[in-house]
Amino acid sequence: MSTAPGKASSSVPVASAATTLAARSLTKRFGARTALAAVSFELVPGELVGIIGPNGAGKTTLLSILAGVLAPDEGELSRPVTEIGWVPQQPALYSKLSVAENLRLFARLEGLADPEAAVARMLEQAALSDRADEQVGTLSGGNRQRVNIAIGLLAAPSVLLLDEPSASLDPRQRERLWVFILALAKQGTTVVFSTHNVAEVERYANRVLLLADGELLFTGTPSELERAVGGDPRDFEAALLGFLHQRGH
Amino acid sequence: MRWLLVKDLQILRRSPLLTGMLVLYPIAIALMIGFALSSPPGKPVVAFDNEVAPGKGRIRIGNQQIDVASFAQDLLSSIQPIRVHSQAQAVEAVRDGRALAAVVIPASLPGQIEDLITQGVGSPTVQLYLNTKDPIDKEFVDQAISSRLTEVEQDVSKRVLAVAVDDLQEVLDGGSVQILGQSVPLLGLHNARTIVASTIAALPAGSPLRVALRQVVGFADLAIEGLGFASPVLGSIGTPLTVDETQLAGATTPTDAYAATIAVIVSLMFVTMLLAASMLALERSENAYSRLVRGLIGPGRLLSEKVLLAAGCATVVTLAMAALVSLFVHLEWSRFELWVVALALAGAAFGALGVAIGAVTREVSAASLLAFLISLPIAFIALVPASAVSGSVKSVLDAVAFVFPFRAALEAAGNAFSGASPGIALPLVHLAALAVAFGLLARLALVRFAD
Repeated sequence: MSTAPGKASSSVPVASAATTLAARSLTKRFGARTALAAVSFELVPGELVGIIGPNGAGKTTLLSILAGVLAPDEGELSRPVTEIGWVPQQPALYSKLSVAENLRLFARLEGLADPEAAVARMLEQAALSDRADEQVGTLSGGNRQRVNIAIGLLAAPSVLLLDEPSASLDPRQRERLWVFILALAKQGTTVVFSTHNVAEVERYANRVLLLADGELLFTGTPSELERAVGGDPRDFEAALLGFLHQRGH
Repeated sequence: MRWLLVKDLQILRRSPLLTGMLVLYPIAIALMIGFALSSPPGKPVVAFDNEVAPGKGRIRIGNQQIDVASFAQDLLSSIQPIRVHSQAQAVEAVRDGRALAAVVIPASLPGQIEDLITQGVGSPTVQLYLNTKDPIDKEFVDQAISSRLTEVEQDVSKRVLAVAVDDLQEVLDGGSVQILGQSVPLLGLHNARTIVASTIAALPAGSPLRVALRQVVGFADLAIEGLGFASPVLGSIGTPLTVDETQLAGATTPTDAYAATIAVIVSLMFVTMLLAASMLALERSENAYSRLVRGLIGPGRLLSEKVLLAAGCATVVTLAMAALVSLFVHLEWSRFELWVVALALAGAAFGALGVAIGAVTREVSAASLLAFLISLPIAFIALVPASAVSGSVKSVLDAVAFVFPFRAALEAAGNAFSGASPGIALPLVHLAALAVAFGLLARLALVRFAD
C-alpha cells in the first residue's frame, strides 16, 4: 500500500509494536540549501527498503542521519543510532589488519559482552572463516564489502543501513551480496539500502522510498509506483522517471 | 581507547617502511651528531709552495733571530699540505680540485720582512689562492689559513718589539754593540748624564760652560724619563689582550650538549608530528572515522589516543637516541626522570600540533607532507639567535616561537640533559599549555572538517 509523504511534525516519533524504526520530520540544511525536508517514515521487521532518487535527492544525507553520522536540524528517530547497524558506501576497514582483527576491534569498541563469539558468528555468517587471517587490503572488492557489512552486523542490530552496497561490485559479487542481504532480512533484520540501480530495487526491495530534492515523494512497493504512474508495468525505470516528471522533478 | 591504541601499534608493526624510518631516522641523526661532536675538526687540503731556499730564511734583528721556515712549519700544522714546487703547480692543484687552496711563500719573503723591520718599508706578502666554487669550502680554508697567518704576524711583531725594547734599554743603561765583528762599548744615557754632572761640579763657579752643560743634563733627564716610560709601553703592545669572562645568568648548556639536545628535539618533533598527523588522517582515508565517531568513540578521545600514540613512540625513540648520544656527549644520567618528563611533555605538545594538522587533511600523504612543511620553519624560527636579528623582527620571531612547542621543548630538554638554566618548570608548563591549546584546535578542526 502506498502512502503519502509525511508532513513536518515536531512530535516525538512513537513506534507501534510492529515498528523497528520510526523517523519523524527529518530535516537537514547545508547553508541555504535544504538537503532533506521533513522526511517521515516507519520501518517494520524484516523489511527490505530501497531509497532511490536522482543525484542530490538526499539519499546519503538521510542514511547519514539514520546512522548518526550527521545530526538532523529538525526531526527525531524512535531508536538511538547506536542500536542501528551502518555500512558506509566505501568499506570502512583497516587494510593492514586481518578480517578477524577488524571484526574483533569493532566488537570491542561496540562493547560487546563476548567479542570473540561475535567475531566467530560474523565470520561464519559472512562466509569468511577461511579468510579470517588475511589482511583486508589483499581481499577482493566483494569480500571487502562482506567484511564491511559484517562489521555493521556485529551488535546484531534490528535495523541495518547500507549505502549503495553493490556500487563497486561485479555481477557475480553483487549476486552473492544480495543472497547474504536477503538471508539477513529473512532472519528479521530490517535492511535499508540506497542505490542508483533501479533493477536492484525492483528485484529485491519490499518497499521504496523515493526522494527528490530532499523531499520524500513516494513510499510503497515498486509495483505500486508503477501503478501510480499508469505506464507499462514491466518497466520500473520508466515508471520511476514518469513519476518524477509528473511531480515536476 | 586502549583497543584503538593496540590497533594503531599493529598497523605500525605491519608498516615496516614507516616504522623503520621512524626508528632509523633519529638513530642516524644521533650517530651523525655524535661523530661530528667527537671528531677533531678537519684540516683543509692546501697546496703549499715554499720558495725560500733552505738556510736562507733566517733574519737577524739586533740580538734576535727570526726563521721564516719555522713560521712555515706553524702554517703546515693547520692544513693538510700537498707539497708543490712552483707557483704554477700550486695554482694548478687548486684548479684541478686536488686542493681547496694554495699558499705560496715567495723566495723574497725574508728580505721583505727585513726591509720592513730595518727600514720601515714594504709589506711582506704571502700569496693565497682560493677555490671559490664552493663558498662554504672557501670560508673554511680562508679561516683556517688566515687565523694561522695572523698568529705568525703577531709572533713576528712580538720579536721585533722585543728587539726594540732591548735597544732602548741599551740606550738608557749602556752596553755594547757589534760593529764589523768588533764589540764596541755603548755609553748609555744614565752614564752620560753622570759624566756631564761630574764635569759641571768640577768647573769653576763662574764658568760659562756650566749653563750649557746644565742644559745637556736637563735634556738627559727628560730623555731618561721618556725612554723609561716607552720601554714598558712597547713591551705591553706585544702582549695580547686577555678577556676575563664571568657568566651572570647561571649555568649554560655546553655547546656539544646543546647540539645534542637540538638533534633530539628535531627528531622528536618529526616523529611525533608525522605520526600524529598521519595516523589521524589514516582514520579518514580508511573511511573508519565516521564509523568510529557514531557512538563508538568521541572525537576528543580519538585525538587523545593519537597524541598518546605519537608522544609515546617518540619518547621511547628519543630516549634511546639520547642514550646513544650520551656515548659521545656528557648528559646527566642522574636526571633521567627529568629526561622522560621533558620528552613526554614535548611529545604531547608536538602530538597535539600533529593531530591539528591531521584534522584538516583527509589523506595520509597530505597530512605527512603538511606536518613536514610546518615543522621545518618551526624549528628554524626557534633556533634563530636573538643577536642575529633586529628588535622588531626579533619580537615577531619570539612571538611565533612562543606559540609553537620547539623552543619550550629545547629549554626543557636542555635543562633535563645538563641542568642548564633556565629552570625546567616554566618550559614544562608552557608545553602543557600548548598541548591543551593545540588539542582544542584539533577538536574544532575535526568537527569543522568532518566527513
